[in-house]
Amino acid sequence: MFAQIRPALVMIIGLSLITGLAYPLGMTGLAQLVFPEQAGGSLVVRNGQVIGSALIGQNFTAERYFHGRPSATTAADPADATKSVAAPYNAANSSGANAGPTSKALIERMTADVDALKAGNPAAPVPIDLVTTSASGLDPDITPAAALFQVPRVAKARGLAPEQVAALVTEHTQGRLLGLIGEPRVNVLGLNLALDAIGAK
Amino acid sequence: MTANGWIQIALYCVIVTALVKPLGGYMHRVFSGERTFLSPILAPVEHGLYALAGVDRKAEQHWVTYAVAMLFFSVAGFVSLYALQRFQNVLPFNPEGLDAVTPDLAFNTSVSFISNTNWQSYVPESTMSYLVQMLGLTVHNFVSAATGIGLALALIRGFARRSARTVGNFWVDMTRAVLYVLLPISIVVGLFFVWQGTPQNLDAYVQATTLEGARQTIAQGPVASQEVIKMLGTNGGGFFNANSAHPYENPNALTNLVQMVLIFALGAGLTNVFGRMVGDQRQGWAIFAAMGILFVAGVAVLYWAEAAGNPAFAALGLDPANMEGKEVRFGIANSALFAAITTAASCGAVIAMHDALTPLGGLIPLVNMMLGEIIVGGVGAGLYGMLIMAVIAVFIAGLMVGRTPEYLGKKIEAKEVKMAMLAILILPLSILGLTAVAVVVAPGLAGLANAGPHGFSEALYAYTSATANNGSAFAGLGANSPFYNTTLGVAMLVGRFLMIVPMLAIAGSLAAKKLAAPSAGTLPTHGGLFVGLLVGVILIVGGLTYFPALSLGPIVEHFAMLAGNLY
Repeated sequence: MFAQIRPALVMIIGLSLITGLAYPLGMTGLAQLVFPEQAGGSLVVRNGQVIGSALIGQNFTAERYFHGRPSATTAADPADATKSVAAPYNAANSSGANAGPTSKALIERMTADVDALKAGNPAAPVPIDLVTTSASGLDPDITPAAALFQVPRVAKARGLAPEQVAALVTEHTQGRLLGLIGEPRVNVLGLNLALDAIGAK
Repeated sequence: MTANGWIQIALYCVIVTALVKPLGGYMHRVFSGERTFLSPILAPVEHGLYALAGVDRKAEQHWVTYAVAMLFFSVAGFVSLYALQRFQNVLPFNPEGLDAVTPDLAFNTSVSFISNTNWQSYVPESTMSYLVQMLGLTVHNFVSAATGIGLALALIRGFARRSARTVGNFWVDMTRAVLYVLLPISIVVGLFFVWQGTPQNLDAYVQATTLEGARQTIAQGPVASQEVIKMLGTNGGGFFNANSAHPYENPNALTNLVQMVLIFALGAGLTNVFGRMVGDQRQGWAIFAAMGILFVAGVAVLYWAEAAGNPAFAALGLDPANMEGKEVRFGIANSALFAAITTAASCGAVIAMHDALTPLGGLIPLVNMMLGEIIVGGVGAGLYGMLIMAVIAVFIAGLMVGRTPEYLGKKIEAKEVKMAMLAILILPLSILGLTAVAVVVAPGLAGLANAGPHGFSEALYAYTSATANNGSAFAGLGANSPFYNTTLGVAMLVGRFLMIVPMLAIAGSLAAKKLAAPSAGTLPTHGGLFVGLLVGVILIVGGLTYFPALSLGPIVEHFAMLAGNLY
């Protein structure tokens, strides 16, 4: 029975070195060599400044930008580290809201969001993804319907023709892979960068 | 529900089924000790490890020695993982300067990863250094999965051999599983993930200034290398808190499809290894068919429940489809499919927050885990769980016709049935017993995030997930407290090791038996009748045990939701 102690120790050390150091460090080196952009987090740089990651959603509240989905991420309360405060799109603390389907807090929050969105665009039905929190709190995408819903507000705030903004949304809509896999989506940061680029022209 | 949704689900099932035979063939070669195309590179490493460890790769072990080797290895893994967490503040690869992990959390996490559960009471990006993620958690993603494969092989050898004293060599099975199966696939698919956008770096967290001028800290790390083995080894512990819902872990629908395939790939392939080792591949396909029937039924209910959604959303003039806690790039169909896969296997990774699923949508993951995660299941663990169910199934069939039950020519006698029942009874004891405690004591109630029946479901889900070694959660539960860390840790240990020991005892006892010649009264175990019997036994054993608890949680919540009750 005690004959199994030596292999237990050797194997945990040996396999740790192989799968815990050689493998991840080797993969890091290889990834940095072959796919340096992606390995570094797909960062987006504008005017020499990192403005985010193409894959990670960020918080938009201004009228002139398209908004992402509600995010339930939090951060430590600066006044009391044992408590947490709302901090949407905190990419150092990904998390969902974890509100169940019969949660009063969930339905109350959604009711308020629906009312606010209807005030901005009474003509169209409110898309479901604009009033539900994402699983990660960092969802970079909205549905095409959710982007088109926001066109009147964004066009007005920027003094652009709604048709021009709507065309931009269509241009930034990614369909399903091979027309089959996944769901159609619009990357909010990409769309907003394109909007800013129009303004800069 | 949409036609496209069903097509995506069907496509997934086709891919997994197509992989069964090639993966089974390759693994069969590996575990028979044959040379493979990777041998020229890996054989020196493998033999070097044996030499250092003093292991004779030709010498096989009695089931008791096999069990002792597995237990010692797990203890060594526990100690090293616990120490890494407790000392991470003074160790390298900690660019964020994270503090040492607290003792109760380090205990819980160590148990969680050695038992292939990957329950996470912590937020990884603010708790675990890169060193712990690599040298601690990634290592156990490999070796706990390899241990599961080894255990399944031991049981299969029990069926395949006659009048034998040994069931294999734990060190050889485990080492070959890591080197020849898990590592090569991880390297190739890991690079694919990086190509698709998953980070792989050791940088400090990025400080970005958003378009609106706000500050955003973006967590980084060696994500891809851990992501791939997390899925392939059915571990499920996320590099980030949001797990596979995080856009870095799972950037798009293609990576998501690959992740789902990885979860089932080895477990499904092992059914074919089983068939090959007992000399009749149809036996493997029969087991795979029983798994497939239960899986597809679960997916159908889950997809229907999530697509039908929440009447409270419809009352607000919204599309009722339940997008709460889901990501746009995955949508309803993929989120439902993933939730069924991750709990059918013992993976526990998530792309949608299970806490936010509709009541019946959340019921399916619970049931999948309560049935013992035998629907493909954890790598290895699923197959040995399923074979124990098969033993019970032939026993019940034998009782009905008054004959001594046989499975694969082995007489199933009192000892095997006793051990099988012991393995099966461990699960409800831990799940129902600990849930009952948690919902009456103050520290248990303090962790519940939702009120009403959903709160009960949170506790029930936690102990089910821990005992079944799944690791997914109704994540609103505030589990990082001494009470939950300790009791969930105990549940994980019980669910893993108290199931393994009786299972190995069955393996040893079967291996020693002679082969009985099939007679007119033998129930063929490769046909539809046996598959139906097996599915029935699984549902009756599971259904009868857990129905009362499920009634108090998801079922009553379903009717509350339809009636418009909020809590």
